[in-house]
Amino acid sequence: MKQVANWALNIATMRGATYADARIVNQRSRALTTKNGKVGSASDSESTGMSVRVIADGAWGFAASEGLSRSGVEITAARAVEIARASAQVKQQDVRLAPEKPVTAEWTTPHVIDPFSISVEQNIALLLSIDSELRSVAGITLAETNLNFNREEQWFLSSEGSDIHQTKYSAGAGYTAYAFAGNEIQKRSYPNSYGGQWQNKGYELIDELKLVQNARRIAEEAVALHHADQCPEGTFDIILDSSQLGLQIHESIGHPIELDRVLGMEANFAGTSFLTLDKLRKLRYGSELVNVVADARQEHGPGLGTFAFDDEGVPAQCTPIITNGLFTGYLSSRETAHTIGENRSGGTLRAEGWNRLPMIRMTNISLLPGEKPLTLEQLIASTDHGILMQTNRSWSIDDKRYNFQFGCEIGWEIKNGKRVRMIKNPSYSGITTDFWNSLDAICSRDEWTLWGTPNCGKGQPQQVMGTGHGAAPSRFRNIKVGSAYKGS
Amino acid sequence: MLISGGRFALTRFANNIIHQNVEDENHVVSVRTVFSGRTARAATNKFDDESLRRVVESSEALARVQHPDPDLLPMPDAQEAESNADPANSRVQSPSRYFAETTSITPQLRAEGVKKIVNAAKKHQLTTAGIFSSSESVEGIFNSRGLSKWHTQTLAEVSITMLAPDSSGWQKANSPNIANLDPSALAEIAATKAIDSANSKEIPAGKYTVILEPAAVLDIVGFMFWDYSGMAILDQRSFLTGRIGSKLFGENITIWDDVTHPLQTGCPFDGEGMRRQTLPLVENGVVRRVVYARATAERMKRSEQKDKVGPIAPTGHGFPLPNEMGEMPVNIVFATPQNPRTLAQMIASTERGVLVTRLWYIREVDPYEKIVTGMTRDGTFLIEDGKLQQGVRNFRFNQSLIHMLSNVEAMSVPVRSSGEESFDMVVPAMKIRDFNFTEVTKF
Repeated sequence: MKQVANWALNIATMRGATYADARIVNQRSRALTTKNGKVGSASDSESTGMSVRVIADGAWGFAASEGLSRSGVEITAARAVEIARASAQVKQQDVRLAPEKPVTAEWTTPHVIDPFSISVEQNIALLLSIDSELRSVAGITLAETNLNFNREEQWFLSSEGSDIHQTKYSAGAGYTAYAFAGNEIQKRSYPNSYGGQWQNKGYELIDELKLVQNARRIAEEAVALHHADQCPEGTFDIILDSSQLGLQIHESIGHPIELDRVLGMEANFAGTSFLTLDKLRKLRYGSELVNVVADARQEHGPGLGTFAFDDEGVPAQCTPIITNGLFTGYLSSRETAHTIGENRSGGTLRAEGWNRLPMIRMTNISLLPGEKPLTLEQLIASTDHGILMQTNRSWSIDDKRYNFQFGCEIGWEIKNGKRVRMIKNPSYSGITTDFWNSLDAICSRDEWTLWGTPNCGKGQPQQVMGTGHGAAPSRFRNIKVGSAYKGS
Repeated sequence: MLISGGRFALTRFANNIIHQNVEDENHVVSVRTVFSGRTARAATNKFDDESLRRVVESSEALARVQHPDPDLLPMPDAQEAESNADPANSRVQSPSRYFAETTSITPQLRAEGVKKIVNAAKKHQLTTAGIFSSSESVEGIFNSRGLSKWHTQTLAEVSITMLAPDSSGWQKANSPNIANLDPSALAEIAATKAIDSANSKEIPAGKYTVILEPAAVLDIVGFMFWDYSGMAILDQRSFLTGRIGSKLFGENITIWDDVTHPLQTGCPFDGEGMRRQTLPLVENGVVRRVVYARATAERMKRSEQKDKVGPIAPTGHGFPLPNEMGEMPVNIVFATPQNPRTLAQMIASTERGVLVTRLWYIREVDPYEKIVTGMTRDGTFLIEDGKLQQGVRNFRFNQSLIHMLSNVEAMSVPVRSSGEESFDMVVPAMKIRDFNFTEVTKF
């Protein structure tokens, strides 16, 4: 593979590229689902190809192909240079890259059990046992389960001399129980909605999730929601569980800090950001308790944003994003680092696959846990009147990332420090910085989970990427609740 | 065996320069095997003998360990795949969707198109961001019972955002034939929207008469078409459960699924190779039927709901097997209203209302009442006394699609339209009363 990549770099350079990198990627995935006692889908897929990214005449070009033959590589590399020359017809300044020392490296996601070594029979048996538990509860009308495994092996070589071979594993699993009755569909999911929990791990993740053990409770909650009271409208203190808070971080911190959005590069699709460059180290993003990092390093945990090097050969780093409430950092790349006065990329450029251009993506954007010991039960006990919301059901935010609205699967009213009743259709909304400034308590490390979001969409053509979000349950004061059903 | 793929090229611009410019070529072969009611699928993008042997073996290995599925049908042969053609509702054939002019677009031609858009932006002292893309794709299906089908298509697309210091405007269009696209004209409309919505003012959230341009209509109504599926009814996850045959929308709403429509794109057969039928989903506000894959239709015929769901038969809308979702309609065409109104006429007839260019980040809040939330974006205007007055700050909405399609006061002639939240459709602009804006954002 290295020979193929080197050949591509040689061709690109000979054709006039002043910079070139080549990525050869082999991706393998397995997806298994069940629905109401039957296997829904069972599929394996494999994809291999190469991309060449170049700068020629001071502008970017990118070409990718499944063909790894000598002639195929030549065509792809030459095409990338031709495309760059076309880009140069509509440019203002030459692209400049922040310097990065070339490295030779090998890295593989630490894992205990290769997920592809586990038999399909064993996987299906697990899913069907979960399904059986879910449907043993009267009132469940639909039960869905899923298991997903991915392996991505990548060779990255650049004209500057980098030679990096990385192999990443990820796994995901989850389930949802639906209860339809009257004029209402209610659902509960575990360990999270929209595919469950995902991490860069081997099969050991599946063993850790206690999937079967929680199935009956989840199904019972789905049915019980039909007898719960509607979420009230008004202003309340709310406590978010860690999975919902993970998505809140993703949408209202992770996306606004992407420097390509800030610079207008996503204006036509994903949008821009309220975090204009003048706000760096000046904006009070949240309360003093809010400390957020973008951390791609292994020591942060096995998040979907964990790697050794990004897709332009920059080592994984930890960037302080919010420090004691103050906005302190963006997600950057070699091309964009200079716009914020940095002389090195933050190492966040990633591509969905071999045929997609790497772009700035969230790594693991995590809210650090509270320093004082605090469990969720202690947090509830210290709340006079509020609503605990768990597991995301809907999410939406404007294209500058100010106004958001989230719905959750289940809520619990808290009075005088106790959960007093279940609430259905809970939702809350707000303005990003107002919301984070209202945070007044974060649970401590024991309650902290590094969640995986496997479906983050961005770019044209759109790319789907996995991101990580560590969070512990937290409390927010005086939040607008219930507007999702207002006027309906 | 499914074969899909092609060549795709996209030139992306922002801040009045080309900042990304990509091209890729990829083809995938996907093999499904069946052993005594057991089935599974494996796919690869390698077409050498060894890779093809391995993908078949992978599919076999996965299939052999499945539990037998009593609902699994034999693969259709060529005759069965055409047996669902309905002469009453089908045009003879889909029009050709392959245009040599589109395949011959080079990076240089795309750059020249972008240059025109950038020049329009500069003329108005704006900055622009967007894309100019072109593609050539194939879809084929072959099975061991002799079925063999092949579809080729081209597509060119232009999407433009024009940005002023505190406002923006947007336009997007696509077509199999590049000759149907006019980047300069789209750029001028987007620029006008950006200029006219500058210095936007905040007006309170509440229920307004709104005029949704076609892209806004398709992005919001797209959230209901997953539910027009026999499998969704069987799963009791559809908002149409218990409602087929009832008048759910206004008298003026008639919706077809029609792959043969001249403004539609896409493949004339489904994931099993069945010919896609042209079907009325909604007639004069009454939900008439849903679509079916072959196995879903057989299951529905045996279900307790069989007498409450309208016609039950394979319609050619199934996804490739195995899958748990069944089917959905993907070639939505709204019928031309009896008295179509232009956008200008709708505005002129509105005493007070809001014109919406585009919607964004739409998600489902309530699956049975079909309440969806989302934001307006890139050109939202206050209408007073029949005239556009000025730009207004963007709104969040929480709106039931059932209520919305019951409150349509006027529609334009449907056009091919493209957004970002749903698939492309042939939809009209709509004037809707009591549209439910619940919050206002800061721009």
